Amino acid sequence: MSQTNRRDFLGMSFAAVAAVGGAASLVGMKQAWDPLPSVLAAGFTTIDLSNIDLLPGIPKTFTWRGKPIFILELSQAMLDDATKAGLPKDYHLTIGDKSYTVVVGLCTHLGCIPAWKKDMWKCACHGGEFNSSGKQTFGPPPKPFVVPPFKVEGTVLTLGEDGPESKAMIAARA
Amino acid sequence: MREIKIFIVVAFFTGALYFGVEPYAHTQLHPHVEAPDYTFSDVDGLKGKTGNVAAGADLVASNCTACHSIESAGFPALMDDASNAAAYGVVPPDLASAGKLYDANYIAAFVRDPASAALTSHKFQDGATHPMPSYNWMQDQEIADIVAYLQSIAPKEMSNKEVFVEACQRCHSIKYGDFYGGSMAAKTPDENIKSYMGKIPPDLSQFIRSRGEHYLHEFINNPQKHLEGTAMPRVGLTLESEKQVVEYLTEVGDSKKAQRESLGGPFLGYLVIFAIFAWLWKIKIWRQVH
Amino acid sequence: MAEIKESFFSAEGIDKRLNGKKFWKVMMTEYWIPKDINFLWAMGVVLATTFAILIISGIFLLMYYKPDTALAFDSVNYTIMQDVAYGWLFRHMHGVAASVVFLIIYIHMFTGIYYGSYKKGREMIWLSGMLLFVTFSAEGFSGYMLPWGQMSYWAAAVITNLFAGGSLEAYGLVEWIRGGFAVGDATLTRFFMLHVFLLPLVIIKLIVVHFYTLRIPHVNNQNSEDIDYDAEAEKYLAGNKKEAKVIPFWPVFLSKDFAVLGLFLIFYFYLVFFNYNFAMDPVNFDPANAMVTPAHIYPEWYFLWSYETLRGPFFDMFGMKAGDIGLMIFGLAQGIFLVFPFLDRDPDVLPAHKRPKFFIWFWILIIDLLVLSVYGKLPPTGANAWVGFYATAVFLLLWATLPFITKSDAKARGAL
Repeated sequence: MSQTNRRDFLGMSFAAVAAVGGAASLVGMKQAWDPLPSVLAAGFTTIDLSNIDLLPGIPKTFTWRGKPIFILELSQAMLDDATKAGLPKDYHLTIGDKSYTVVVGLCTHLGCIPAWKKDMWKCACHGGEFNSSGKQTFGPPPKPFVVPPFKVEGTVLTLGEDGPESKAMIAARA
Repeated sequence: MREIKIFIVVAFFTGALYFGVEPYAHTQLHPHVEAPDYTFSDVDGLKGKTGNVAAGADLVASNCTACHSIESAGFPALMDDASNAAAYGVVPPDLASAGKLYDANYIAAFVRDPASAALTSHKFQDGATHPMPSYNWMQDQEIADIVAYLQSIAPKEMSNKEVFVEACQRCHSIKYGDFYGGSMAAKTPDENIKSYMGKIPPDLSQFIRSRGEHYLHEFINNPQKHLEGTAMPRVGLTLESEKQVVEYLTEVGDSKKAQRESLGGPFLGYLVIFAIFAWLWKIKIWRQVH
Repeated sequence: MAEIKESFFSAEGIDKRLNGKKFWKVMMTEYWIPKDINFLWAMGVVLATTFAILIISGIFLLMYYKPDTALAFDSVNYTIMQDVAYGWLFRHMHGVAASVVFLIIYIHMFTGIYYGSYKKGREMIWLSGMLLFVTFSAEGFSGYMLPWGQMSYWAAAVITNLFAGGSLEAYGLVEWIRGGFAVGDATLTRFFMLHVFLLPLVIIKLIVVHFYTLRIPHVNNQNSEDIDYDAEAEKYLAGNKKEAKVIPFWPVFLSKDFAVLGLFLIFYFYLVFFNYNFAMDPVNFDPANAMVTPAHIYPEWYFLWSYETLRGPFFDMFGMKAGDIGLMIFGLAQGIFLVFPFLDRDPDVLPAHKRPKFFIWFWILIIDLLVLSVYGKLPPTGANAWVGFYATAVFLLLWATLPFITKSDAKARGAL
């Protein structure tokens, strides 16, 4: 009787040891699937807003983490439209007396890249439209353009890490 | 009998699915455009004039050779491709083959007003100008003379590759044309063509497969039809020259086409024989069990 | 030890060591199949052949393909398609077979549904078969990424994005799957590993399970008759082949398979040589460009019906966002066929033409899937969006009503 108990206990302990080894292997394998440190490190991009020949009312496209980033210095007409539409001040990035739209240029419907058409972004995939502030105004997109995490130092943007400005812009879209 | 009925049902639904997803969807995704017009009837370049070759030779020498080379007529290129591109935005074409490649009516209209004839006026707004000036101050007769001269010096025959090199390669690379040697890169360096056109024109290596012959003819004859607002100029190729471009794209992009088409028939022929033998054997075996 | 006295170098001796004669009987000449079958019963062997074509053509492609975002496109479209002897043929065969295999899978699947070959002991065959469908789908999806054309990139981007779970915004999961922030080199190489090694292994194992679970309840027949296999086999072996209700796998069943295969190969190779654009989409002959979205992004035809259920709900309902509703229906669509045997409440195994309500249900399903497929290809604008919406609603209604209509048929027959 006592012998059977000892054998049971030993068998179960053995099974537990094997299971722990198996689980640890799975954790290790999960980590092998993770993005490489070099890939994660390359996830920071700096853009100096004063140095990129930005003309008010005409956006430029940059790349961050393989995604397009639209940067647009809003013209007075665009700012007036934004005020009329009731968008809060934090919707845009303000540096000095200039306001900017800084967004990930992927349609929030299914991820196509919309094209700039004079005063708004239009997505060729299913007809979605976004105004100069990046807010969705027509068609299937459910949300405005996503604001990327960024920090501001003077006129230099560093994309990849959240700063107070990007956090405010994200909150203004909630 | 029942098996034939079952087969018809299966074939019907497969056919309906194929039709809806392929030919029908194609008409919805790619709306019909007008057929190409190789007379370029939207412009009247020659205005009924017949050109004089000798007069044309003088006019070309004094008006055109400052920017354009004509190697075969003793007017070599004044700068290398890179310097030319930096100066003009794009490498200007050598005019030796222009008279053969391009339609006479078109050439005349182009000389008179390049952006208009090329359908790229939308690019040159707010002070931007075409690198080639307009010659609308010339008499209609003079322009006709220029066209006549260009036609007289043009080669009678050109290979498919030569047509491509002269008509397309200033802007478009076609890597597969010389995969290991690299000689089929675009003549205009990337930075120059990008700022001139707005983006780097696509490499054409697989365009015969991604666009197909039909689309390519429609597109080259008038790029605005399929891509309204595009920066690519209408270049005014004659139908014959355009066919040569498409053939070159096929030689480079689908070089095994001839082998594929010639192997298909015999291969299917063999399979028909295989199927006949398979059915005969099946009938023999099943005779025992029916 | 069971000593074998015969020499290794004799026919008797080899046969005793490998048990070849017994194996041949069990697997072939005395593996009994019903005689009352039609050509649809040949789809299994057609699938096995198509899978073999995929493996063999795949082996040759593997010799020259380079799984690197800078090299992949040219390794396929220059080296394989234009340099390697018959490289173009292997590529065309591989691409067309990958598409046609799904046509045969669907025919095979709907044959099973029609004749009730998923219940009363055949549930394991059905489940292993549906798991094969799911694995083949993953295999097709991963394979399509490899040429690294525009469709390869954008289909990968859109589908991996779905794992963010709509409003759940699980972007960390999406990045983990991709091996990076965006679809890129890390994504390509791991999908190459899946396509060339892991998924084929899983498929082969599932096929073994599928064949194994088939033997026990035996193959079904056109009248779904419950045959006494022992009695009928005896009749056949006694020489009464014409009256026996069974036939041996070899040579009788396979002879019909080969005949159907002969016709199939003509159809298949006609497509390989002369009509392959449906399988090798022209858009994919543009090299992948993360900064340029193609005018139209769509999956391969066999995914269109479930893709359309994703897009079907295009406005918010029941307090949920349209995107989330679509994602849930899409998820349901992937797995709902798996539970088919358990939604069917009819205890009898019968062909659909002997189950009146189920017969109608079946054909509505086929037509609905056809409509979903066609509209999955079209831009979801204007009237198309509404057709997609209603077709998705019909799809959900079909599954909701299945238990009730099958019960109703059974009651009318007196079986419940």
